[in-house]
Amino acid sequence: MNPVNNPPFSNSRLINWFKLSSPSTFYPVAGKLIPLFWVLAALFGLAGLWVSFFVAPVDAVQGQGYRIIFIHVPASWMSMLIYLVMAAWAGLGLVFNTRLSAMMAQALAPVGAWMAFLSLWTGAFWGKPMWGAWWVWDARLTSELILLFLYLGFIALRASIDDSRRADKAAAILALVGVVNVPIIYFSVKWWNTLHQGASVSLTKAPAMAQTMLLGMLLMALCFWMYSIAVALMRVRVIILEREAHTDWVRQLSEVKS
Amino acid sequence: MRALLAIIHRDLLLVMRRKSEVLTAVFFFVVVTSLFPLGIGADAALLRKIAPGVIWVSALLSTLLGLHRMFAADYHDGALEQLALSPQPMVLLVAGKMIAHWIVCGLPLVLLAPIIGIQFDLDSNSLYVLMATLLLGTPVLSLLGSIGAALTLGVRGGGVLMSLIILPLYIPVLIFGAGAVYANSVGLDTSGHFSLLGALLILALAFIPWVSSAAVKIAIE
Repeated sequence: MNPVNNPPFSNSRLINWFKLSSPSTFYPVAGKLIPLFWVLAALFGLAGLWVSFFVAPVDAVQGQGYRIIFIHVPASWMSMLIYLVMAAWAGLGLVFNTRLSAMMAQALAPVGAWMAFLSLWTGAFWGKPMWGAWWVWDARLTSELILLFLYLGFIALRASIDDSRRADKAAAILALVGVVNVPIIYFSVKWWNTLHQGASVSLTKAPAMAQTMLLGMLLMALCFWMYSIAVALMRVRVIILEREAHTDWVRQLSEVKS
Repeated sequence: MRALLAIIHRDLLLVMRRKSEVLTAVFFFVVVTSLFPLGIGADAALLRKIAPGVIWVSALLSTLLGLHRMFAADYHDGALEQLALSPQPMVLLVAGKMIAHWIVCGLPLVLLAPIIGIQFDLDSNSLYVLMATLLLGTPVLSLLGSIGAALTLGVRGGGVLMSLIILPLYIPVLIFGAGAVYANSVGLDTSGHFSLLGALLILALAFIPWVSSAAVKIAIE
């Protein structure tokens, strides 16, 4: 009844969120968040490595060699997740025409590509002692490789268009088209029946691994999350500086002046 | 509908005025498939085994060769902007260009496949399956390729970039297309492969014209 007395609390919160979508307000916020995510990454990483090397028991079948799972699985998870997040940011940028969303997508692409590469690389190291081959043409390996190609295509398309607004939109369409591939990766285990072992972690049945192994893997996954966020924020800050170089607020920054 | 037919007619007419471009892509298909026996050896059993994959990969590459023609010439002489300004929906016009591309680059491959297949010593049953998979698969290749063609309009190194973007997206078609021929040759049921190929075609038909017309609009805005 009395709108004057209504404190605009909820409203101001909403505005704050939208404020963050402007590069000039996001830049300092991201700068403050980066050390936090690095610290978290280091903490989770130390805990995860300690659990995975000293606490988790030796696997009955695979011996010590299975321990690469603690890097391999989080890297694979991140490579798929980052592609989804990247496509979501790209889609947001396409729909709402916001600059920062497209910059986030651009910043995430190299991180995701590295994760996909890391997943393939550690997979090869794991496959050699376990299957006796660096590489097998299994569905999940192949889809991970395709995912890496998708990342590279996104980065290449983004890099070869000079007009950054057009590059944002073109890359966004490509990311959204490619996102169809991510579910194919995930369900490929069911689609093609090959010699890659089935997914060891699932939500529907009890995990087929020791609790400590699962703990180590989850800690490492959290570490990878924090690392990816920290690196993506660092990248997005550089992209903001590069693309907003003509603006006054960038020229006023102390790190730019010096 | 008349606009769609007009676009198809126009693109086909343009192609007929310059037959060499079409023949190049088709000739490429024949040459590449003929190179494989020379590289691998003329062992009939081995050739029969690799034939589906070789023919399908060559079809992929030869479709890719013709893709730049879909929009590039119209983009450079401004015809694409005129099309975008016309009152007809852009989706329809882009779909017309895709259909024209398939008639020029996809259909010849379907018709040539049996001849190539005979070179690889495939039996007549396998040839039918090969033609059927190509008939279902090549439209998907033209549709998916149109996205790459539209996104790389007027871009540095467009052709190479297009293959980098598009080839990973072609992989499911390749798997099911070549898989059906292989499954048939070892006496397995191929209906699953055909269903999946058909599903890919329906999905591509339903969504890609919109995606490509959005990509074209980004390129010309």
